[in-house]
Amino acid sequence: MKEKEGNKKGKQLSSVSRREFIKGLGAGALGTAALSGGIIALKEAEAHPAEESLEEGIKIPLRLKINGIRYKVEVEPRYTLVDVIRDQLQLTGTKKACDRGECGACTVLLDGKPVYSCMTLAITAAGRDIMTIEGLASGEELHPIQQAFLENDAFQCGFCTSGQIMAVNGLLKQNLNPSREEARNALAGNICRCGTYTRILEATLDASQRLRKGGGNRG
Amino acid sequence: MLTFSYYAPTSLNQACRLLSEAQGQARLLAGGTDLLIQMKRNLVKPQFLIDLKKIKRLKGIEYDPEKGLRIRALVTHSELLHNPWILGYYPILAQAAQTIGSVQIRNKGTVGGNLCHAVPSADLAPPLLVLNARAVVRGLKGKKFIPLEEFFCAPNQTILKDGEILQEIEVPRMPERSKAIYLKHGIRRAMEIAIVGVAVLMALKPDRRTCAEVRIALGAVAPTPIRVVEAENSLQGKIIAPEEIEKAASIAAAHAQPITDLRGSAEYRQEIVRVLTARAITHAARII
Ligand SMILES: Cc1cc2nc3c(=O)[nH]c(=O)nc-3n(C[C@H](O)[C@H](O)[C@H](O)COP(=O)(O)OP(=O)(O)OC[C@H]3O[C@@H](n4cnc5c(N)ncnc54)[C@H](O)[C@@H]3O)c2cc1C
Ligand code: FES
Ligand code: FES
Repeated sequence: MKEKEGNKKGKQLSSVSRREFIKGLGAGALGTAALSGGIIALKEAEAHPAEESLEEGIKIPLRLKINGIRYKVEVEPRYTLVDVIRDQLQLTGTKKACDRGECGACTVLLDGKPVYSCMTLAITAAGRDIMTIEGLASGEELHPIQQAFLENDAFQCGFCTSGQIMAVNGLLKQNLNPSREEARNALAGNICRCGTYTRILEATLDASQRLRKGGGNRG
Repeated sequence: MLTFSYYAPTSLNQACRLLSEAQGQARLLAGGTDLLIQMKRNLVKPQFLIDLKKIKRLKGIEYDPEKGLRIRALVTHSELLHNPWILGYYPILAQAAQTIGSVQIRNKGTVGGNLCHAVPSADLAPPLLVLNARAVVRGLKGKKFIPLEEFFCAPNQTILKDGEILQEIEVPRMPERSKAIYLKHGIRRAMEIAIVGVAVLMALKPDRRTCAEVRIALGAVAPTPIRVVEAENSLQGKIIAPEEIEKAASIAAAHAQPITDLRGSAEYRQEIVRVLTARAITHAARII
């Protein structure tokens, strides 16, 4: 409800009618798209009159590649990746806590690198490799990082754990032999309210050892 | 988040056109680590979001031994940290990038976003100020070159006008026998906005005792990141000695105009400026 109000307000304030300059934008965007094949993510959206897409908050079909599987979803441009992953795809291993880039619970890998999925618009993740905690284990067999967390008692309530593990995974993809300091640095963006930091650090170093023995991090 | 229309142009020209057609109702999206927070809190309510990430011209780092470094706007803090030219010739930039947020923030946050968000505490601003960097700004009418000192106007406000996009940052070669250092003071080491940031570039004369040139910039202690020319002038041409360093540091502190907020009082910040400036000068002069 609130959101509708906000929009109406914006409409009243603008000197040019909203409809008018949306048309301008739509035409501009389409014109150049025709020239250069441009406006990549939005080709489908552009097929609709732009006014409509704004007034109704219309959804855009989007393909996401998560853990090697291709999913088709429909999103509004404002949907964040964490909401699409959890609410639409039911991949609820990824957690959402602060929803503003401060706690790390929503950490996923984007093209192999840890990012906060609450601070990523789903539409900007199209065509990229997304990895969530669900992509780690193979069948019943846990990934060495998960095994290390388990054996080192590296969680209490567990709410931060999938984010922590994905941050560790990102680190161990870049650096299979991190120093204690490098590991701390890589985990600095993940908060654990239960305060399990020491164990998480131990688990990280343990995981790096397991992966070195096992011949690398394929996670 | 409120609804908006999303555009992902593939050329700078297109982006400039969309931006000016939107007449102030659009925002540019880079990494989104600042903008999306503002949008979630309804502090900014753009009707159009113009995503820059499909524009190849805004990516990458280039180095030329004559002309120096070119950092395109979409370069992330993580890229700065791992770039061999940065590590070899401009390590201060890697040092500053390392202090930003967390690995997740560094993987998304960009150089352009850091500068264009224009908060007084932006960690890349003081280092780029002492490197005499200049901004290359692209608008519908072409390119403009703006010294970084003139880029910041007020908190959250740059010199960019409607329809203008920051394309890249040019950084000249560092002077002979010089060293640059960035020191950041915060409560935590990670995920922390600077309470004070100090960058110093020191160039020595061939005797390696006399200051040939010094540049000092401060973050988080004025409405914008600033250079403190008065402090620089007091040290220029002098033999580096503890009293001279203290004098320059005190002048720098006197020229800071910090505010009191929950991170620190104005007096505290001023004192930290003095301590960090002295420390950075000493350090830079010693390791050349
Ligand atoms: C948890 C957390 C911790 C952080 N820690 C730090 C820190 O320690 N130090 C620090 O300095 N910052 C910090 N930040 C702030 C932020 O991450 C950085 O400033 C980052 O560099 C912003 O870049 P971005 O690409 O994400 O910007 P965006 O959010 O995409 O954009 C920021 C602003 O700049 C404009 N913009 C972006 N690119 C351009 C361009 N090319 N031309 C014109 N305008 C443009 C956008 O329209 C927007 O208004 C932190 C943020 C978070 C969420
Ligand atoms: S939920 Fe994304 S960082 Fe906290
Ligand atoms: S285990 Fe509870 S928050 Fe980390």
